[in-house]
Amino acid sequence: MKLQNLTRPNYFAKTVLMGAMFSQALSGCNPKNSSLSGINARTSAATGNTIRVGEVSSLSGSEATFGLSTHRGIELAFDEINRNGGILGKKLELVTLDDRSKPEEAATAATKLIADSEVIAVLGEVASSRSIAMAPIAQNSKTPMISPSSTNPRVTEMGNYIFRVCFIDPFQGEVMAKFALEHLKVKKVAILRDVDSDYSTGLADYFTAALKKGGGTIVLDESYTSSDIDFKSQLTAIRAKKPDAILVPGYYTSVGLIARQTRELGIQAPLLGGDGWDSPKLVEIGGKALENSYFSNHYSNEDTAPKIKNFVTQFSQRYTSKPDGMAAMGYDAAMILVDSIRRSKTLSKQDLRDAIAETKGFAAVTGKISLNEQRNAVKPAVVLKIVDGLFRYQTTIQP
Amino acid sequence: MTPSTKIKLNYQSSILWGIALTLVWISQSAWIGLMNPYYLSIIIYAGINIILAVSLNLVNGFTGQFSMGHAGFMSVGGYFSAYITTHYFAQSLDSLSQIQQALIFLGSLLAGGCAAALVGYCVGLPSLRLKGDYLAIVTLGFGEIIRVVVLNLDSVGGARGLPNIPGLCSFGWVYTWVLICTFVIWRIIRSSYGREFLAVREDEIAAEAMGVNTTQVKVKAFVIGAFFAGVAGGLFAHTLRYLNPQTFDFNRSVEIIIMVVLGGMGSITGSILAAIFLTTLRELLRPLQEWTQIDFRMVIYSLLLILMMLLRPQGLMGTREITSFFRNRRGDPR
Repeated sequence: MKLQNLTRPNYFAKTVLMGAMFSQALSGCNPKNSSLSGINARTSAATGNTIRVGEVSSLSGSEATFGLSTHRGIELAFDEINRNGGILGKKLELVTLDDRSKPEEAATAATKLIADSEVIAVLGEVASSRSIAMAPIAQNSKTPMISPSSTNPRVTEMGNYIFRVCFIDPFQGEVMAKFALEHLKVKKVAILRDVDSDYSTGLADYFTAALKKGGGTIVLDESYTSSDIDFKSQLTAIRAKKPDAILVPGYYTSVGLIARQTRELGIQAPLLGGDGWDSPKLVEIGGKALENSYFSNHYSNEDTAPKIKNFVTQFSQRYTSKPDGMAAMGYDAAMILVDSIRRSKTLSKQDLRDAIAETKGFAAVTGKISLNEQRNAVKPAVVLKIVDGLFRYQTTIQP
Repeated sequence: MTPSTKIKLNYQSSILWGIALTLVWISQSAWIGLMNPYYLSIIIYAGINIILAVSLNLVNGFTGQFSMGHAGFMSVGGYFSAYITTHYFAQSLDSLSQIQQALIFLGSLLAGGCAAALVGYCVGLPSLRLKGDYLAIVTLGFGEIIRVVVLNLDSVGGARGLPNIPGLCSFGWVYTWVLICTFVIWRIIRSSYGREFLAVREDEIAAEAMGVNTTQVKVKAFVIGAFFAGVAGGLFAHTLRYLNPQTFDFNRSVEIIIMVVLGGMGSITGSILAAIFLTTLRELLRPLQEWTQIDFRMVIYSLLLILMMLLRPQGLMGTREITSFFRNRRGDPR
């Protein structure tokens, strides 16, 4: 039988494959090469003088900016502790693994950290979907896991070793509904949600429930997918309903584009959103169209409280950019872990879990954090207003 | 070849397959007990990738149809079987005996596989009348359709994903299915039906002139490939214990195609080797990242693939199998 003919994958197939490979190569060396210089490599095998902590982070892939900010926050906290003589006479060691923003890789990375690097606790992940994939592994091996910013309620329901230091989506939805009703005094709100994102749909649902309870109405609930760039048809439908405000609980890239197209269509109603807006890129994309829009966040980096000021200065000195909410959450997650290690009787994972669960009124950058029975953080949220391209502190809403 | 030697060969090879299957289950407890869970999870994912690559090879390599929707079938099977175990048995599962659990798992895997095969049939019947590039685009579109449908199905969690899937899968399960999949496709290729598949790949017009129902043959390959992809999806779901539509995007399909092309279109051994190689390579490069402190992982991974394609475009094995190194028999059917 002739063999020449067998190896003729056609040109189309070849082109597609080559294209895919090149794009993978490019995504590998994305914008983050400068950042990774900071990853603390495992310098030595386990010695008696170090406490090893794992971190699973999305340093590449679709949510790389969030992962990178969180990683920097954690790194800053660990360096600060180590500079001041470590903890219980030991140095902290951070082992960071990248998961390329994929749930299955997050699970593998968590397995590696726990089984191979023998860490005493895992910090991560940013996104709820990846935290949910990691949680069974942490739970089965009885390793405490603290998620810095996974806001979906399901994450901590996965087991009693899973914690988070951020508020959850129901609370964030409530905050924005409360803010809309009490501060903006609006009743008719339209929603434009991202159906690709668990975060966005969750936030929209909780906002709807809270707004209806407070006497408001949702005039229209439209949706888009995260790869969309044209939102005119949804926005035209929204314009016809004349809402007082529009909730856009998506991520910053889409939100920036939506803001522009909203104003192009002559809709003047303010836009409302959640912590997915929190990125300097938001204003770069949205520009003037975002003026007088509001979003809820974990903290405001203009706050003058000494703790926050200190954090902001240290962060800006080291990374030449202002810390966003994700960085603050990463820093807080690391600090709560450090505090718990101090309080735990022994360095066993079991005692460490108990110590984390007992966290009460910890003074963190993002406010006073207490962990409740469900291992969720109870803490205030801030609402920020966009004025002249800057995120201005508007109000704090207590739980 | 006389009939008697043929029977003898089959007899020998079935003993070999039997031994392999027993070995999988005997070593099962050893794998779980002694192995570092991290390495074990890589071995399990490698097994799942082997099933995917070998089943795609039946379509892309042996039948010569360029399908780009394998992740779509995987997600149909994964979601279907995970839905069965989480919605109907999740509460009662702990109270059941090991054998009952195994039966439920087997049932859900088969159901997932059949669901994927059914979808494969529905997609395949109209689209396999197309050729080459057009078929690639149809299957690519199909993969996206599946993903978007799942994204909007609230009963399986939509964008939130489907968590709390019982972790029923183990080393034994995955490698039993690896053996079943390899065995079935190996036997098909070496049967008279298999000649039809190869005939379609070699020259469709000639095959048709010889009386081969080409569309039917292509649909057959497509359905069998989809069935095993569905089973692989079920195994994946019960290993990771969480499904998210993002996992089954276009990139996943491309990853499987890369395994097939790298291993050699039309070589089962090649697909197996490539699946193992690519699954472990990504993890093997992790220490390098820790050591150099720069994320070279994906760069090297992709560079290796590009170099491979430039230097050895027919793939690792071409169309040869491992058996051809041991037996020097000319005229062995491929």
